[in-house]
Amino acid sequence: MTVTSQKSPMTRRELLSRSAAAGAAFVIGSGYVAGNSAAWAMEVEHLEPASMATLIQMARDIYPHDHVADEFYAAAVKGYDSAESAPMVAAGIAALNAAAAGKGFASYIDTGWERDRVDILRGMENSAFFQTVRGGLVTGLYNQKAVWPLFGYEGESFSQGGYIDRGFDDINWI
Amino acid sequence: MAAPFELTDDSVVVVIGTGAGGGVLANELAQKGVSVVALEAGGRYLPEDYINDEWESFGQLAWLDARSTSGDWRVARDFSGLPAWIVKAVGGTTTHWAGASLRIQDHEWKAKTNYGDVAGANLLDWPIDPREMDDYYTKAENKLGVTRTGGRAGLPGNNNYKVFEAGAKALGYTEVHTGRMAINSAEYDDRLACQQTGFCFQGCKWGAKWSAAYTDIPNGEATGNLEVRERAHVLKIEHDDSGKVTGVLYADADGNQHMQMARVVCVAGNSIESPRLLLNSASSMYPDGLANSSGQVGRNYMRHMTGSVYAVFDKPVKMWRGTTMAGIIQDEARHDPSRGFVGGYEFETLSLGLPFMAAFLDPGGWGREFTTALDSYENMAGMWIVGEDMPQETNRVTLNHDLKDQYGMPAPNVHFDDHPNDVAMRKHAYQQGMAIYDAVGATRTFPTPPYPSTHNLGTNRMSENPRDGVVNKHGQTHDIANLFVSDGSQFTTGAAENPTLTIVALAIRQADHIAAELGRGNL
Repeated sequence: MTVTSQKSPMTRRELLSRSAAAGAAFVIGSGYVAGNSAAWAMEVEHLEPASMATLIQMARDIYPHDHVADEFYAAAVKGYDSAESAPMVAAGIAALNAAAAGKGFASYIDTGWERDRVDILRGMENSAFFQTVRGGLVTGLYNQKAVWPLFGYEGESFSQGGYIDRGFDDINWI
Repeated sequence: MAAPFELTDDSVVVVIGTGAGGGVLANELAQKGVSVVALEAGGRYLPEDYINDEWESFGQLAWLDARSTSGDWRVARDFSGLPAWIVKAVGGTTTHWAGASLRIQDHEWKAKTNYGDVAGANLLDWPIDPREMDDYYTKAENKLGVTRTGGRAGLPGNNNYKVFEAGAKALGYTEVHTGRMAINSAEYDDRLACQQTGFCFQGCKWGAKWSAAYTDIPNGEATGNLEVRERAHVLKIEHDDSGKVTGVLYADADGNQHMQMARVVCVAGNSIESPRLLLNSASSMYPDGLANSSGQVGRNYMRHMTGSVYAVFDKPVKMWRGTTMAGIIQDEARHDPSRGFVGGYEFETLSLGLPFMAAFLDPGGWGREFTTALDSYENMAGMWIVGEDMPQETNRVTLNHDLKDQYGMPAPNVHFDDHPNDVAMRKHAYQQGMAIYDAVGATRTFPTPPYPSTHNLGTNRMSENPRDGVVNKHGQTHDIANLFVSDGSQFTTGAAENPTLTIVALAIRQADHIAAELGRGNL
């Protein structure tokens, strides 16, 4: 859960942004959030990049799957980067950070242990913000076709003639 | 070939809804030479249109008009605007249904007699002799091509079934097989055999599962006696000064309203919409709604005692492969009060895809307790529990005057509280269901709460005495001779069985009655 060093030179603003998010798994730049492995990057227009990074971390903490990469969580919450949603998200993230501060952490994303972040989330579980984000993730995360293979789910089979000749009864251990 | 009838043609039978009840009734009447106009709120989708993607299909087929919920059932909390998971399309919920086709057991037709007085339950015997139904059940099974009836072979067991069967046998259950399913195990009625594709709930793209959409509806249309008007949403049933119904007001696809005259009106809009329509048709002559002198319209809403059990194993199952629900254990379907409840229940195999599993495994759940279950999705097996629930007068569909649909009509509110008998039965079923999987090495089991209802029953129930219910033994309303109810809302009690076969059998029977009464000049 640490930010890796970046080889290319950074702008001062990017550096400042990053230092503000120290401890997170993300590179937070000017107008973008990226995975620290540079495997993905997402431009943000209406939200502060740090807010989007916090939202991505929150999404993972709500539905943590260790074998699912951050980019899928990022895709699941990308829709909140809109003029319409930005005020709601900004207020929610501010509340999240305030709750983290109340427990002695610099911010939500700087809270190192998942159990501490989950404690913070439990404290705001009944808020509209939490329930909106959680409810949205049910489809936002699990209805991404690219996620399905990570769970072994094969999706439709009609195009391949079903499973009648492809293992509908191939269980071998029962 | 459609047979266009004039709006002013008052010789037609108008059937509202084209599912297991209305679709079958419309065809059966058309086959007898009766002129029928069927009004269907949804559009027409055929196998080539069905989408094997859970959420996309849900958006295509599900009834998503405004509804509200109340009561202590968990659906009211988790899916407050979606009390039921049913279909708005030509063919109705026969596009979505799993295909399980079971006859109601003899003792269940006479629940009040056999169960006695159950506090808080509004039990009643059906005004039908079970023997009267035998031939109609046989006709229904032959229409639907039900496996393990009429000499038709059973379906082969898929992975999910094999786990289920092994667990059941380890527990000592003996009535275990791949079900009596309206899914072809071999070509039948010009429809293909099951290709083990999954997605039975999204409409069968092979047409191997019976649906009125591509059987009874086109068969009826081919006679020239049936006109199906799709995207025709009925708003109100009209009547004359004598009290007889005269026609229905409906909105077409563009929202324009039309009046279709009728000699007879048959309501088959499912147990939520049918009572809603009768209530929304209130007039100065019938201030409490049509056919409601008993006050029972909308009451006794039943949804079956349901729940699911999913289990995780240390090895793959891939439960989504193959037929969604071809597996049953019937040992617990008997009436045996020593278990602590009256009536019984069935176990039936069930699988959900990953997207729906995420939505339904533990609605509202989050964190690692939830996600580690999904991490083992590939190693999961699943079953559904369906049992008899108790009719209660206070479980009911009412008009929500604070919530209007797209036509400005009051939306239905669906109120449901579990009866203590339902709770006791569900507890027993969860324990047995988890034991089935534990017996074959489950590492974790999940007693999953009920989904939005697919079995909606009882809100215009049949009764011998007009004071106790809405319709007589033919589905004819006690109050208005030319107004019938033709769907699952007629059910006096719910029994433990999936209701479609009985709805179809009752529709065939009702068609005989209506045609005979028309012939005698009584309607």
